[in-house]
Amino acid sequence: MRLELRDVRFQYPTGVVALDGVNLTVGSGEALALVGENGAGKTTLVKLFNGLLRPTVGTVLVDGEDSRRQTVAQLARHVGFVFQNPDDQLFARSVRDEVSFGPRNLRLDEAEVRRRVEQALDDVGLSQAIGRHPYDLAVPERKLVALAAALAMHTPALVLDEPTIGQDAQGVERLGALVDRLHAEGRTLVSITHDLDFCLMHFDRVAVMAGGHILADGPAPDVLRRVDLLRQAQVEPPELVQLALGLGWDTMVRTPEAFAAQLAEVRH
Amino acid sequence: MITVSGLRYRYPETARPALDGIDLSIEAGELVGVVGANGAGKSTLCYALTGYIPHFFGGTMEGEVQVGGHDVRRTPVSDLAADVGLVFHNPFNQISGARYTVLEEVAFGLENLGVEPGAMRERSMHALRATGLDGLAERSPFTLSGGEQQRLAIAAVMAMQPRVLVLDEPTSQLDPAGTRAAFEVLRGLARSRETTIVLTEHKLGWLAAFVDRLLVLHAGRLVADGLPRRVLAEAVDQPWGVGATQFTRAVQAARQRRLVAEGTILPVTLDQALEVLR
Repeated sequence: MRLELRDVRFQYPTGVVALDGVNLTVGSGEALALVGENGAGKTTLVKLFNGLLRPTVGTVLVDGEDSRRQTVAQLARHVGFVFQNPDDQLFARSVRDEVSFGPRNLRLDEAEVRRRVEQALDDVGLSQAIGRHPYDLAVPERKLVALAAALAMHTPALVLDEPTIGQDAQGVERLGALVDRLHAEGRTLVSITHDLDFCLMHFDRVAVMAGGHILADGPAPDVLRRVDLLRQAQVEPPELVQLALGLGWDTMVRTPEAFAAQLAEVRH
Repeated sequence: MITVSGLRYRYPETARPALDGIDLSIEAGELVGVVGANGAGKSTLCYALTGYIPHFFGGTMEGEVQVGGHDVRRTPVSDLAADVGLVFHNPFNQISGARYTVLEEVAFGLENLGVEPGAMRERSMHALRATGLDGLAERSPFTLSGGEQQRLAIAAVMAMQPRVLVLDEPTSQLDPAGTRAAFEVLRGLARSRETTIVLTEHKLGWLAAFVDRLLVLHAGRLVADGLPRRVLAEAVDQPWGVGATQFTRAVQAARQRRLVAEGTILPVTLDQALEVLR
């Protein structure tokens, strides 16, 4: 599932120009992280991919089709979306109903719906909460319910807005493993994140945004070592990049294990 | 400034205590971080220090909590509010909904304290400047982004100039620049000795760089209390679910390959890591 923005400009009714001439192509099966300060236009950008917003000027292509010719419901079959605030998304009385809602709308049979719901809740570590009311769960768990609801749709593309916020260490680790698996399955992934350590470990490609523009776009280890550029976008380089640069290395590493391997090589 | 002894607390209709025997003493002007897995009791501790427990949440409370000279259990929340401020986890919960602009929202708490109008405006604007929101003073609170609402929640509580400030994940929605700014404001308040600060946070790198002291909660118990480096290095080998910075993880991986000495104390910040590795 290929996602594409061509010369997109987006202006809110208030007059604020959130995107000012953006070109971006996310190839099928790519995992792209969008980083940048609050207000850079990241959330506006991803909302174009599922039709929640339509460009003021320019074209949005989802799987080669102009998004203007597709309804939000049609786009929802292609692009799953997990909001930053789960309360924008949750409405059902139980976690089971919440996660079942989308698959039922796809008119799948009940056995398939149940299978998908159980798998999605297992993926996010919430199997035990299936009978609970979403609002009896803490906010970080509600976020995982919203994620499970999107996973159960089996969309070829998935957009995540700040998935790691509020998650504890174990939660972040589980999300990382999930992103790796979805990527290995060939899904197209786009995630907004301020957590650049998470970004470096789990996303191949990074686009840096500021003031409605894309400042840089490329392989994660290359983009995330450009300290001055990141500072311009009000973000800080990942800790492993800071460490590699502090040691004067030219090779960037993406995991602690890779760091240790590189250290062994340097010491030889 | 804060003394907690034998605190045990159970929410209504739950079996397991959320806090299970907490003893704690915090001096005036300390900046203390609280970490732990979700569900370990961090937010509950915030509520207990500010009187929301037991006054709003009910439940069963044992032990004693003294904050700024008040016995929290015997003092109505409205009396505590002048001395003890709480910034909630979800900033949206904090916005009163009763005021039209950001500036009025910040002044709202001061009106309730009976501050005179001139001082009220000055204190409100000071808090907005400190949190970088002065440019948005005339906007409606409900048009702000999540990050801006979070800064507004901090500003509104700051303006009340409480002697004790408790913040539950105050930077979760903020970008790195906003997080740095928030930590600098908090450190400034603590350094001035006018405010004692307790905050929960998952961002270990920032905590390690800014706080004087770190507490770890695990299943409702206080399992560690000390300097951030010592506490976080210990946490790596414990089942507390606290996590670690990538500096810690990198040196830990190097230690497993015997690239650093066996007994090396794990670093938590960049400078500490570079010192160990050079």
